[in-house]
Amino acid sequence: MNTGLAVKNNIKANFNVKHRLSRTWKEVKKKRICYLFAAPYMIIFFTFTALPVIISLFLGFTSFNLLEAPVFVGVENYIRLFLDDDIFIKAIGNTFILAVMTGPISYIMCLMFAWLINELPKALRTILTLVFYAPSISGNVYLVWGILFNKDSYGFANSLLLRFNIITSPILWFEDPKYMMPLLIIVSLWTSIGTSFLSFVAGLQGIDKGLYEAAAVDGVKNRWQELWYVTLPSMKPQLMFGAVMSITGSFGVGGIVTALCGMPSKDYAAHTIINHLEDYGNIRFEMGYASAIATVLFFIMIFSNKIVQKILARVGD
Amino acid sequence: MIKLKRIRLSRNKSGIRRSYFVDFGIYLFLLFFGLFMVLPMVYAISNSLKPLEEIWYFPPRFFVRNPTLKNFRDLFRIMSESWVPFSRYIFNTFLITGVGTFGHVVLASLCAYALSKHDFPGKNLMFSMVVLSLMFSGVVTQIPNFIIVAKLGWIDSYKAIIIPAFGSSLGLYLMKQFMEQMIPDSVLESARMDGAHEWKVFWKIVMPLVKPAWLTLTIFSIQGLWGMGANKFIQSEELKTLNYALSQILAGGIARAGTGSAAAVLMMIVPIVAFIITQSNVIETMSTSGMKD
Repeated sequence: MNTGLAVKNNIKANFNVKHRLSRTWKEVKKKRICYLFAAPYMIIFFTFTALPVIISLFLGFTSFNLLEAPVFVGVENYIRLFLDDDIFIKAIGNTFILAVMTGPISYIMCLMFAWLINELPKALRTILTLVFYAPSISGNVYLVWGILFNKDSYGFANSLLLRFNIITSPILWFEDPKYMMPLLIIVSLWTSIGTSFLSFVAGLQGIDKGLYEAAAVDGVKNRWQELWYVTLPSMKPQLMFGAVMSITGSFGVGGIVTALCGMPSKDYAAHTIINHLEDYGNIRFEMGYASAIATVLFFIMIFSNKIVQKILARVGD
Repeated sequence: MIKLKRIRLSRNKSGIRRSYFVDFGIYLFLLFFGLFMVLPMVYAISNSLKPLEEIWYFPPRFFVRNPTLKNFRDLFRIMSESWVPFSRYIFNTFLITGVGTFGHVVLASLCAYALSKHDFPGKNLMFSMVVLSLMFSGVVTQIPNFIIVAKLGWIDSYKAIIIPAFGSSLGLYLMKQFMEQMIPDSVLESARMDGAHEWKVFWKIVMPLVKPAWLTLTIFSIQGLWGMGANKFIQSEELKTLNYALSQILAGGIARAGTGSAAAVLMMIVPIVAFIITQSNVIETMSTSGMKD
């Protein structure tokens, strides 16, 4: 009796699944023009963005040198990475220092600049938007920092300090671990006022002016209260988007390090996960190991993003 | 002073008291950071205009005294003496930027139209994959990317750079958000009632309406491709880009001489001018860039 019922239910469920599948298929056929529209982009996106993530996850468990077929080695790469590779641990530390310093600071700078220029007359606002945004799109103009902070007395910073007798011999800015990280943070902040900034500028301009009048009636007294109770909650979607842009950018600082401090930087003092990844991927051709590094970085980026999204969801609550 | 007064008046309308003191602080703050942002770029430009004796002048001066275009002339002289004719590097960069940008704008707009204005199975999955991909940078996928490009047999061809650029995820994201929020469904409906085919709706109605968005995609794509330097996919000298060639000059031991600065200044002009021209469109597009949780 019971089994009969079970079988009956099973058949019913089966039928339901089949029914649903056939309905979906009909839907797909009816909407085939949509797939036609989406396909060219999605195929390229999948091949060069999604598929590589899957391959990278897989290669992380192998030993692979590009020439021979990958050999499965289990979690050996990860054990070596976390237990045997002192430089990697140092690189994680440096990456986090750079990311924590540049990510949140750049995010707050973007927001603050956007907020402050929002109340200026239009012409001035347009010029300042360009001034703040320009360094992030100027390619490798950041190399000029290497000239400003050159290690001999012809460097602008050194000559200035020498002239006022603050130092007696030129400082090796990009070789001395004491100055390397602070300078890198300054340079990456300089190049980081990018897409998030534009998004905030736009978000602020889109806020309904009536909200401020209503808030004033409700007892909002000064501009700080206005910011917290009206402005920020009204532009929450932009805050979310900006966070994604800033976080992803802040973990991607690698090119600047190589360009200003050399590869590898002296005593690995400015070595980041990306530098480590490039070291194993492009120089030593240990692709399995490099993929494990890439996988770690991938999850760090995704988790940081997810956590910050959770935090931002509470703004103004 | 006049300016300050006017701003204050306009603020008073919102009924909130503000102090001159804080206003002054804000201006000072903006001035300081504005200088921090702009001075290194001014220094690069100033350096590119310095004659040789000023570059080696001690103590170094920030601003140029006797500006000269000699560095730029030298740059072009070095260019014309290079083994691969320089026009070839310029051609490569224009080709990659032009085709890559055009393809990206067209394919991303097509896909964004389907994702924003139609309902079909799998659409949410597609869009969330794109959003997820905004959360990691391309460096983490560079090894598999190399393998894929190699397997396709695209190493040492323009395709290796151009085709992946079509699939840039930021562009699709911005375009989809813009279409969703800026195009009323009624406009599309009435066009379909008149018997317009989906292709026609897309080209004749949607694309003209989203001009700010595709200008923005164009700018972002140019920013990405114009500065493309050395690339693992390209080995032949005659396929390499302008930025690669110029950075060779920068690294060639004469970096301190103004030629390097001249090269850097040349490279930054294009993205900056492109942004200046389209700034208001870009800001309009970014107003819909928000992300829902």
